[in-house]
Amino acid sequence: MSKIDERSVWEKIADQLRSRSMWMLHYCTGCGAVELPPSMTSRFDMERLGMGPMATPRQADIFLITGYLSAKTLRRVIYTYEKMADPKYVIGFGSCTINGGIYYDSYSTINRLDYYIPVDLYIAGCMPRPEAILNAFNQLMEMIRKGEANGWKRYKENYEWYKQNQLRSLGEVIVHDEFHE
Amino acid sequence: MMTAVRVAQVLLTAFFFGLTFEGIGRKVTARIQKRYGPPWYQNFIDVLKTLTKHGWTHGWIFDFGVLMALGGVIATLSFVPLGKLVAFPGLDNFFVIVYLFTVGALGMAMGMVGTGNPWASIGVARALTLMLGYEVPYLIVITSLLYFYKTSNISTIITAQGDGWNLFKFPIGALVAFISLQGMLGKEPFEAPIAPAEIASGPMVELSAKYMGLLMLMNTFMEFVEISLFVDFFLGGGTYFVFLLKYLIVWILAVMISAVLPRFRIEQAVAFYWTVPILLAFLQAFIVVLNQH
Repeated sequence: MSKIDERSVWEKIADQLRSRSMWMLHYCTGCGAVELPPSMTSRFDMERLGMGPMATPRQADIFLITGYLSAKTLRRVIYTYEKMADPKYVIGFGSCTINGGIYYDSYSTINRLDYYIPVDLYIAGCMPRPEAILNAFNQLMEMIRKGEANGWKRYKENYEWYKQNQLRSLGEVIVHDEFHE
Repeated sequence: MMTAVRVAQVLLTAFFFGLTFEGIGRKVTARIQKRYGPPWYQNFIDVLKTLTKHGWTHGWIFDFGVLMALGGVIATLSFVPLGKLVAFPGLDNFFVIVYLFTVGALGMAMGMVGTGNPWASIGVARALTLMLGYEVPYLIVITSLLYFYKTSNISTIITAQGDGWNLFKFPIGALVAFISLQGMLGKEPFEAPIAPAEIASGPMVELSAKYMGLLMLMNTFMEFVEISLFVDFFLGGGTYFVFLLKYLIVWILAVMISAVLPRFRIEQAVAFYWTVPILLAFLQAFIVVLNQH
């Protein structure tokens, strides 16, 4: 057992609570967003699991990257991820976040999400069906309870490495637009 | 000593039943939308979870505002009679409650503006504008009630309803108070101050971790004060469990109405309050004054 997996008794109790009340950030990239309305509404109803959409990164616990990420979006994703309160969890949707998917040779998208931010769980597919998404949410709850969803600790521990990768692909992470300057 | 026990009883009631009823409300909303819905204890998990996260403060104005909001609402709550359960007998005066209630609201406004986020300022501005809307008809109705009973002590008004609830004696006033209650609770159609999809949950936009949890608790206590006042003024209070049953019915009614309605824009909400409910409130006041002479 490495240092990163160690948890106090309080952390174990807290993880039980965290796994039963996951607020997701309502920010979607790519085409996977279209699979979320059926997961939220009456057919699959993710509120059963205590999950719901939250308006801002400050309030959210899980961050869904639902598809391809262009370099322009990646900057916003990094901003958003760093604004979220620890502990935070990231789910990568579909093959685009794993190896680039059909955009593998595009000049403007990134191929592997976990070079830039730590991903706790991937869902394979193009796109995954709501059944697969609900299955992944259950899996993530299980991982949080076991203390395996440690992406937020890995990000702190390997911050230099992540920053290096971000800079290599983006040149600079700072966003230049009317909302950020 | 007994006072401390009674205050603790009021606060624990608001904590346990407030959060439980909110959970039941979420379940009711889910059933209206043909969903299964979260378990009834979901709100307890949500509040406790937020306390386990590692969040950020946004400066001492923010810290102080959050504490002032929660403290102010707790102080208000301890003066509200829950039917026969009165923490400070003789002091459960309507004006005391109204006066203390502003402490919580202003604390929230100050803390949330202290985050520096423009959405928070817009949310707070909308909340105060909406307050102008619902407070006027509500105060007209309540003051005509106070005029009718010649007292502002809520326990006395509860006792005076032994022969029939104010809901039946002043049906127009009760309707106006209920419409105002919908605005106080921030439920649709008067949800503009929060509006998650429009202004990113307004005042709560920068709240992380424990601050979110404390503000959720504050919101629960605020709802408890508002609905308790309605039950005391119009549904005749009652013993502890009768009171909670009446409370639950009013709450579920408000939730069911909010589940099927869209949202007013802020100026539409104020325009609405200052036309139909305010005219009905004047009508009720006129009837009360006519009956007295």
